[in-house]
Amino acid sequence: MRVHQRADTGRPPALSPAADRPPDPPATAVPAPAAPSAAARLRAVPDAALGVLGIVLFAAVLELLPRLGAVPAKYLPPFSEMLGALGDELGSGAFWTALLDTVEGWAYGLAIAVVAGTALGLVIGSVEVLRKATASTIEFLRPIPSVALIPLAVLVLGTGLGSTLLLVVYAAFWPVLLQVLGGVRDVDPVARDTAVGYGFSPWARLRHVVWPTTLPYLMTGLRLAASVALILTVSSQLIIGSPGLGSEIARAQSSNAIPRMYALVLVAGALGVCVNVLARALERRVLSWHTSVRTEARA
Amino acid sequence: MSGMTGTKTKGAESRAGRGLRLLRSGAVHLAYLLGLPAALLALWWVLAARSTNFYYPTLDEILAAFAETWFSERIVDDVLPSLGRLAAGYLGAAVIGIGLGVLLGTRPRIRALLEPVLEFFRAVPPPVLIPVLMLVAGIGDTMKIVVIISGALWPVLLNTVEGVRAIDEVLSDTARCYGLTGTARLRRLVLPGASPQIVAGLRQALSISIILMVISEMFASSSGLGFTVVQFQRSFAIPEMWSGILLLGLLGFALSLLFALFESRVLGWYRGLRQSQRGEK
Amino acid sequence: MTGTKAAAPATEYSAGALAVRGVRKVYQGSGRTVEAVRDLTFTVGAGDLACIVGPSGAGKTTLLKCVAGLLAPTSGEVRLGDARVQGPPPGMAVVFQEYGRSLFPWMTVGANVELPLKQKKIGKAERAALVAQALDSVGLQDAPAAYPWQLSGGMQQRVAIARAIAYEPKVLLMDEPFAAVDAQTRAELEDLTRSLWRKLGMTVLFVTHDIDEAVYLGERVLVLSASPTVVMEDIDVDLPAEREQLTTRALPRFAELRAAVYGHVQRAKTFHSAAAAAGAGDRP
Repeated sequence: MRVHQRADTGRPPALSPAADRPPDPPATAVPAPAAPSAAARLRAVPDAALGVLGIVLFAAVLELLPRLGAVPAKYLPPFSEMLGALGDELGSGAFWTALLDTVEGWAYGLAIAVVAGTALGLVIGSVEVLRKATASTIEFLRPIPSVALIPLAVLVLGTGLGSTLLLVVYAAFWPVLLQVLGGVRDVDPVARDTAVGYGFSPWARLRHVVWPTTLPYLMTGLRLAASVALILTVSSQLIIGSPGLGSEIARAQSSNAIPRMYALVLVAGALGVCVNVLARALERRVLSWHTSVRTEARA
Repeated sequence: MSGMTGTKTKGAESRAGRGLRLLRSGAVHLAYLLGLPAALLALWWVLAARSTNFYYPTLDEILAAFAETWFSERIVDDVLPSLGRLAAGYLGAAVIGIGLGVLLGTRPRIRALLEPVLEFFRAVPPPVLIPVLMLVAGIGDTMKIVVIISGALWPVLLNTVEGVRAIDEVLSDTARCYGLTGTARLRRLVLPGASPQIVAGLRQALSISIILMVISEMFASSSGLGFTVVQFQRSFAIPEMWSGILLLGLLGFALSLLFALFESRVLGWYRGLRQSQRGEK
Repeated sequence: MTGTKAAAPATEYSAGALAVRGVRKVYQGSGRTVEAVRDLTFTVGAGDLACIVGPSGAGKTTLLKCVAGLLAPTSGEVRLGDARVQGPPPGMAVVFQEYGRSLFPWMTVGANVELPLKQKKIGKAERAALVAQALDSVGLQDAPAAYPWQLSGGMQQRVAIARAIAYEPKVLLMDEPFAAVDAQTRAELEDLTRSLWRKLGMTVLFVTHDIDEAVYLGERVLVLSASPTVVMEDIDVDLPAEREQLTTRALPRFAELRAAVYGHVQRAKTFHSAAAAAGAGDRP
């Protein structure tokens, strides 16, 4: 079966590394030396533990730089103060409202973009005339920075959720559309011809031939769109002032509540991490289901 | 594609016939290329001309405003400085990202140490850094360039790390056997070997850079493209605002075209390799 | 990468003799260690063509990487001429099995062959002459402007061989170079290898799992045991120097040698089983 390659970083199998491949299959296991040296013991620290160590070190640097006076505390308060401010935030209703607003704007915008991008991608991709006729327009509209629409959005839609949605949908729509188009183009011509030969209805062709090939591409598009959508949600809050984390951060900065500002930045980062992790988990889940179903269907 | 005309002619084909066919396929191609954009522009023209809405000026108003607004000292005062900051920030992000990425890609222990922290920085939506950096660096060029760097850096960095790690083991052994070390190794093996991923990172970084260029000027500035467009909006100079949006759109399009050219130059070999591998299967 | 340019008297390298003494290689995995090569000792005289055969998983590649200086042996040493190998020595070229992965896909065929010469700081005119000559001698005089991935597998391996001989090595290491090409191409490449060896006179160490190939090509065949690897047998191939696919393989002596090597390889598979029976019996 066809192996899906991520469109953003795809590289051919022949170039991919066989990570730490021992030259020949391992043979005889020999008991490990009794007393490993200190250096060897450090080397034996698993990577995950090193990562945790990295986070701790980073936090320590954030704490010490202002404490030692290397950076003025009015620019960078000690890490503990950021955490204190974060604690205050977690106890305040306004913070949770802002967080919810942000998640809402992101989720609605992403959902609209994904549905629209998938539907249009399937239709345009399946009809050759449409694909050729729209190619130049897509190539022109896609690179337009969605933030250019901010003034227009404010004029027409005001400073509420509507403006945020317009920007988020515009930005998140393109990666989905392009990936779905790529997926439809990747459908095996033999499979397509076979389906036509057996008299599959267009709907059945879409369901059983086009969709399974396109799904991995759609997942890649979803992953890219999810992080772009978050960037645009926060941007629009920052610039337009629609309620959410972005406007809270701007407010904290202008009112000189510096630890609070950093606390909110940490929350925005954590939100970004959640979005990435969720998108990757969803991708893995859907794709594992997808391959297992296909393997079963073949057996 | 050629099936529509090819079936009629059998055997030897007259030169005129071939010329005609070429002309026709060229015309079809052109129609596909320009048909929809022309239709959309016409639609805009008609709708805007009939509209009495203040927010939707007619297309000729916008074009007139475009010429008047941007073919003036604004090019020197607003457009070029914006582009300069964009270039400085983007190139800074590229250099730092590729440099650090190569370093981390070849040092697995340092990479393991820093990876979660870097993933966090990548996940922070870059616009929230604007207020933070404004605090430290004011609202001058430095702040804006640093904002662009700090947002565009991460895709380049993390993609470079991935690309360097993915360099083929046999290729790297070959390079060692033939004495490729130091800068020669970097120039002939590491950078070209990681270039598919590096270019993918640079592409993501370009669109992030443009976004950050615009909103760093929208958020806090007294000049620049983003600032000017928002000023037009606030002062209800609607055709001028539209012309600014048009300019930003053209800018994005032009830069993505330039990038596509760069990519086809740098990665021509990679496309060929991929195609030959796909052909084998 | 240490000691690549280890200061060693050039005259000693010209000897081109290879000595492997007590080489042992243990891989340190997480929580478990694997002894791939136990104790290997042999020498290959300057200008000799020795083939190494052994059952799959016999640590052949590990051995070759140790000889090439790509892996440091856990104990023991490899000497080229009078100098100890500590990293890839100058004057040694390697042809890998994975032709598709050992050529630089972003360089043309000509640039691939030329690259090592640039590293050797050879002048431009001489480089061009060497590249043309090397491509000519593998029958690819028309290909310098092509990219490797535009060529067939056999032709790609020819490029790798051209790159190796343009480098003018004293020692040529070949790691199952023809295992991934079709039978016809393989026969051609075997003859090419032998004719290049006879013309250029470098030391060749040729690793293969194919007994016929080892006997047909080699002046000597070293049979390795199953892992942990030792040298089980060292057989002199007393076939005429002029070899030809059909007639040489039809010689009675070829059949005898082939049978002898085959017998040793079969024995090699179970070589450690007596010892292993006493131990954990951990062979898969």
